[in-house]
Amino acid sequence: MLAKRIIPCLDVTGGRVVKGVNFVELRDAGDPVEIAARYNEQGADELTFLDITATSDDRGLILHMIEAVASQVFIPLTVGGGVRTVDDVRRLLNAGADKTSFNSAAIANPDVISAAAGKYGSQCIVVAIDAKRRTGDDAAQRGPGWDVYSHGGRRNTGLDALEWARQMAGRGAGEILLTSMDRDGTKAGFDLELTRTISDAVPVPVIASGGVGNLDHLADGIQLGHADAVLAASIFHYGEYTVGQAKARMAERGIPVRL
Amino acid sequence: MKTVAVVDYGMGNLRSVAQAVLHVARGSGFEVVVTSRPEDVRAADRIVLPGQGAMPDCMRELAQSGLRASVLEAAAAKPLFGVCVGMQMLLDRSAEGPTDGLGLIHGEVLRFDLEGRLQPDGSRYKVPQMGWNQVFQTQPHPIWDGVPDASYFYFVHSFYVRPSDARHSAGQADYGTRFTAAVARDNIFATQFHPEKSADQGLALYRNFLHWTP
Repeated sequence: MLAKRIIPCLDVTGGRVVKGVNFVELRDAGDPVEIAARYNEQGADELTFLDITATSDDRGLILHMIEAVASQVFIPLTVGGGVRTVDDVRRLLNAGADKTSFNSAAIANPDVISAAAGKYGSQCIVVAIDAKRRTGDDAAQRGPGWDVYSHGGRRNTGLDALEWARQMAGRGAGEILLTSMDRDGTKAGFDLELTRTISDAVPVPVIASGGVGNLDHLADGIQLGHADAVLAASIFHYGEYTVGQAKARMAERGIPVRL
Repeated sequence: MKTVAVVDYGMGNLRSVAQAVLHVARGSGFEVVVTSRPEDVRAADRIVLPGQGAMPDCMRELAQSGLRASVLEAAAAKPLFGVCVGMQMLLDRSAEGPTDGLGLIHGEVLRFDLEGRLQPDGSRYKVPQMGWNQVFQTQPHPIWDGVPDASYFYFVHSFYVRPSDARHSAGQADYGTRFTAAVARDNIFATQFHPEKSADQGLALYRNFLHWTP
């Protein structure tokens, strides 16, 4: 049976893995290859690198970093943050990434997803969706649901998250990385209603993200949110839990995991 | 020095496969070449045939690159390891398109038909199958040496192979249906999953391949 995946997410800037609180006080967290190797040894099923500054000057640095990691760590690697064009996909794949994650660029130009999937295959095209529950007048006028935000969560696009996820899968996205902005950073657990709504509606795998504070939250994302994979950053970075502990907890709850 | 050729016919990204083979080849006396030249494929001692994307596209590129004949010659005589679509191409035909495969292993390639079906936990089946699944070794084979039965390997695929002769199935996995995850015949071994993305157990398969004497 297919195992449910645990995916640690690593923030990258200037070709280094960093950690910080709410994007401030970023500190160097160590060598990317060593960190990736450590998560691999703990049993991480994949790794996601999020380029949090992603300026054009930075691009060469993350390419070198992915090259270094890919030559030593043999599990799937996803790169997100500042992926805009089909040529970005090509360069990241050539550097050793297995998947590339689009966010704002897909909103600005949905055709880029069809083009990238057509050229390199759906298996390497992830669409990241930052979703926030509609409230107040928005919810009154348009009904309950979630809106899609772009530009790192700063701009409400007015797109409905469910419709957007369906559209992206229809255009060839092979996977949806779904982040709840309401929960991100709260440690209150995933937005399970959001996760389940999207996961039950699209034919491709959904990765739940945003809000993990303990290991049961991960299991809830799978069992109650119907996610195919769960992504977390801070609980692993700060040494609160290892990936191995997370898998053991999921296994105790009856979830198939690769141990 | 003995060489392993990773065949580059222009489909997808060979870097991961090449890196993993290079990793296990260190100190083994093997040189790894990623090549698009038929003469390199003819000169190599062992062949790795990767593949990504749609099988009809891969077959077309293999023909247009001029590498098809050298791959067929290699498949007749040398150890050959096919990966993903590089495995699917070994069969006769695919539901993915009207193109014939290489016909080295008789049988066909089918699409997962899981629309609307639910997994045991109540969630829906997703296609592609993406992630780690257990592979049950259906026959002993030198490529499985040291790899425990039911080990997890990393899959990403919407199509799977069905060999006409069950003896050519070397491993199976479950995803809504029991399907063939590895095939073997004489000097050929191939996997639907990606050994290069399957951590230590995946690297073990490539290591075994370098030492395999069919």
